[in-house]
Amino acid sequence: MVSRTTDDYERLALAGCAAVCEPAFWAGFDRSSVDGFHDYFCQLTEHEPKRAAKFGLKHFCWLCINSKEAEDVKLAAEVIALIPKFLNRPNVLGIGEIGLNKNSRNELRVLEMQVELAARHNQMILVHTPHLEDKLKGTRLILDVLKSDQRIRPERVIIDHVEEHTVEMVLDCGMWAGMTLYPETKCTPARAIDILETYGRERIWMNSACDWGVSDPLAVPKTALEMKKRGHVAAAIEQVVFSNPKSFLIQSGKFKI
Amino acid sequence: MTKQQVLDLYFLDARHKLVEVAAFLDRVERAGGRDDFRVKSFRTALAQLDGNKKDKVKTVLLAFSDPTMEPIAKATSKGAVGAYPEAR
Repeated sequence: MVSRTTDDYERLALAGCAAVCEPAFWAGFDRSSVDGFHDYFCQLTEHEPKRAAKFGLKHFCWLCINSKEAEDVKLAAEVIALIPKFLNRPNVLGIGEIGLNKNSRNELRVLEMQVELAARHNQMILVHTPHLEDKLKGTRLILDVLKSDQRIRPERVIIDHVEEHTVEMVLDCGMWAGMTLYPETKCTPARAIDILETYGRERIWMNSACDWGVSDPLAVPKTALEMKKRGHVAAAIEQVVFSNPKSFLIQSGKFKI
Repeated sequence: MTKQQVLDLYFLDARHKLVEVAAFLDRVERAGGRDDFRVKSFRTALAQLDGNKKDKVKTVLLAFSDPTMEPIAKATSKGAVGAYPEAR
């Protein structure tokens, strides 16, 4: 977790976490050249697995240029050209988290380029959906792009950061839905459980945001505790915090725990 | 869970958040200047909480959302502000 201290790996291990899956995302600032991304991809595929291994944690990652840096299409094309040489690394699960941020034409163009990359290399896809007022529109636009490419198998795609107004359209497409637990925006543990109780536990799971902003790596175990308080049985909790992510990720052929 | 159990688990937290919302609105009304689109969307969303309407959280989220489908010409910022400026 490039934005977190080593203490967080230790806390995750102590909480019973089996593996970390880290998507390529914005660093909190724009990188000035393709070389910055090269170093970042090396960090995700070489250094972070070693950091995690010190605490018995397996580390996996997703590679892409994120939507917040996708306004510059030329830079994005250079970064995308860099990705294939990293795809055979043992901890790379697929392309992600691609998607949209402000729903601009250039972001959409870069999304299409990365869907093409995933399809050409038979990679799984992790999708970031926009924040707050942009989420509904962005999710619709993203689903349109993915559905229009016949090579994309919906069961190998996860649309992350779903909320109550977007979860149904994602599940209806046959894709997986991810709920990101975040202290200030996105889903709280209580709302994530409401969504599970409303829409069921098939093709849905949750993840802790562990980025450079205010976020809590232990959000998933805290939500498991909240489920227990609500009377959910152990098997139901195990399904959404362990079995479902495993069932999805194992399709990559690399995810083993 | 029964209603009693839901209330036992979440009532105080929900009450706390409702009081915070009331305090926020008082604060906005005390302040000088004009309301902007965020306050307008906030009040539209609040109206969705009244009565026995279903899917309150979904309706509230939709009240803050951009309902259009046309991509914007260019992203001039990275962040979202929480409400759609052209909401009616």
